[in-house]
Amino acid sequence: MDMRPDPLIMMTTQAQAPTTTPTKVAAKNVNVYYGAKHALKDVSVDIPEKSVTAFIGPSGCGKSTFLRCINRMNDTVASCRVEGLIQIDGKDIYDPALDPVQLRARVGMVFQKPNPFPKSIYDNVAYGPRIHGLSKSKVELDQIVESSLRKASLWEEVKDRLNDSGTGLSGGQQQRLCIARTIAINPEIILMDEPCSALDPIATARIEELMEELRHNFTMIIVTHSMQQAARVSQRTAFFHLGILVETGSTSDIFTNPTDKRTQDYITGRFG
Amino acid sequence: MAGWYALVVVALMLAGFALARGRAQSVAGGNYAGMHSLPSYHGLYTASLAFIPALITFLVGSQIAGYLATQSAISALPNDIQSDILRQGAALREAVNIVRGGPVGAASAEVQSAAANYSSALSAGQWITLALGALAGLAGLSWGLSRVSMNFRARNAFEKLVHALLWICATIAVLTTVGIVFSVVGETYRFFFDPAIKGKPTVFEFLFGTEWNPQAAMRADQGDIQTAYGFLPLLTGTLLITVIAIAVAGPLGLFSAIYLAEYASPRVRSVAKPVLEILAGIPTVVLGFFAALTVAPYIRGWGETFGLNVASESALAAGVVMGMMIIPFISSLSDDVINAVPQSLRDGSYAMGATKSETIRQVVLPAALPGIVSAFMLAISRAIGETMIVVMAAGLAANLTFNPLDAVTTITVQIKTILVGDQEFDSAKTLAAFALGFVLFFVTLVLNFIALKVVQKYREQYD
Ligand SMILES: Nc1ncnc2c1ncn2[C@@H]1O[C@H](COP(=O)(O)OP(=O)(O)OP(=O)(O)O)[C@@H](O)[C@H]1O
Ligand SMILES: [Mg+2]
Repeated sequence: MDMRPDPLIMMTTQAQAPTTTPTKVAAKNVNVYYGAKHALKDVSVDIPEKSVTAFIGPSGCGKSTFLRCINRMNDTVASCRVEGLIQIDGKDIYDPALDPVQLRARVGMVFQKPNPFPKSIYDNVAYGPRIHGLSKSKVELDQIVESSLRKASLWEEVKDRLNDSGTGLSGGQQQRLCIARTIAINPEIILMDEPCSALDPIATARIEELMEELRHNFTMIIVTHSMQQAARVSQRTAFFHLGILVETGSTSDIFTNPTDKRTQDYITGRFG
Repeated sequence: MAGWYALVVVALMLAGFALARGRAQSVAGGNYAGMHSLPSYHGLYTASLAFIPALITFLVGSQIAGYLATQSAISALPNDIQSDILRQGAALREAVNIVRGGPVGAASAEVQSAAANYSSALSAGQWITLALGALAGLAGLSWGLSRVSMNFRARNAFEKLVHALLWICATIAVLTTVGIVFSVVGETYRFFFDPAIKGKPTVFEFLFGTEWNPQAAMRADQGDIQTAYGFLPLLTGTLLITVIAIAVAGPLGLFSAIYLAEYASPRVRSVAKPVLEILAGIPTVVLGFFAALTVAPYIRGWGETFGLNVASESALAAGVVMGMMIIPFISSLSDDVINAVPQSLRDGSYAMGATKSETIRQVVLPAALPGIVSAFMLAISRAIGETMIVVMAAGLAANLTFNPLDAVTTITVQIKTILVGDQEFDSAKTLAAFALGFVLFFVTLVLNFIALKVVQKYREQYD
């Protein structure tokens, strides 16, 4: 048996230091087209488990597009076509045998604009567990709802009005409700597409704290336009530009000594 | 004459506009920035000042002219005709007919002289009105012209006039509604409480009586005839047919709306939606025809194979066809509101791992509920108010029944039956139509009120 370390692995481990967590999501040569428009070009990236990975890049560069490939939300866009390989835990998620509906129960998503359902706060959080039959009894469902709201640090604010409509909350509370709703189905991966862009600094800070806590249990991928946010919450960062994944690496490397000129220009605010 | 009035008004307005704008231009001398209002606003203001008094004069003057002409026509009639209202009315109608170019030959000398009086008085009055109106318009015009200056706020003044115009239109619309309601309420009150009206029921007998047969009430004219105005069979008939119609149109309309909004490809949708809406354009008399000649015999034949006794005119036939009539109301409106549900809500649900039908059932429909309720309410109001289909397919027999295979009748059909043909407006039978109209109005009002409450309770704000 050949015991020599694979030079490739050596290189990546060095680049990824200090974390050496296993890969959760692996993309190889992913191309995405909207009709004739080539929105993502040959994107290959490995996303480690139980950590926060930030996608940054100028508007229209394909961050959301790539994020929506990971839970196959792009399936709902008629003109969208995805090529290449995306694996979660080594399994191809575009395998025809795989049910995208079940995939989405494993890969939760929080959107840019809070989108609570027009239901009570309780029903918003209980929505996923009910659909997926995650609880055997009302008591158990109550527990799921409470613990999800606690994890989203919303419980104290809403525990007395669980039957009020979720749409009656403030924007920041609504976004935390959406996070609680996502946590409630206990996904393995949580995708967040600019989750704080509609929020004030205080609500943003709470959600960033939340990400920090959640990353111990979930694999998180967030899209953000705020360099500071990426630097604060993520362990790894990927920089997209014009549909190309320019550079990926540990967040501190990307922000302190990026290898690509375009990355450097972007993070120093020279374009974007 | 109306043509002359219009001509004068338009001429005054154009002149007012042109003169005032010209004067404003010369007052400004090119310095428009230093002027409060642009010249065209001075023009508009003066044109309005000419228009309003001229219009009012014409409206009032032509009424007065008509009245005076009638008076002078009456004065030409002999005394015995003057004192008898009915004969006086007949003679006047004859005279007016002659003035409008009807045959003169058969008319008596008195009527002919009345006609001559009428015609000369009317044309004199109208010419005077025309002159007065033109003068009033000119007065307004010159007043407007005199106000043109650098600092006059013609723009704001015109704004006030626009405001007033809109207010008047809105007020007329509201007053019309109020007027109709009051007239119906008044006649209903007479039906129940006016001692001059013979053979009428009490409110209690009307609301809870189980027999409806106003024809009988006409013939006999005394005794226990009051029971002929029992409203219950009409209510049950109306409800029965409406329930059947909604049972047909509710699921069909709602489900086709869901299909069109959520499942159909844009191409299918662009064809299917207009086709469905055509259904709403079919005249109800055609639908009634279809109900009576196609659906009713079919239901009857179908019932007989099961050994059921089906009337040849049945509530079922009318209800089913009425259901077809209201499908487009439900489907088209529901389709619109379902489309208006933000895509972000659907995305949120899909991202939770929900299937399409789960998303529709648990997120889209609840979000669209207020609109769907309004669509149903509109459809129900249409069904309750529909007459033609029921006349043709359900019959006139006022049976107190909940059996959809029986012949029934509805409130609207009875109103129509009562008022068709020559009627005296003082008989209990005629006034009963107003009572029915009032109840109908009340029922629809209650339905709308319930709908409003539902909509308010479940309304969601999306921005
Ligand atoms: N549904 C769609 N149909 C057609 N083109 C699309 C669609 N969604 C995105 N695109 C195109 O794909 C490209 C990438 O879009 P994407 O939304 O992924 O950008 P982004 O990086 O998320 O931008 P932003 O930071 O503004 O959110 C853009 O050029 C966009 O115009
Ligand atoms: Mg985006």
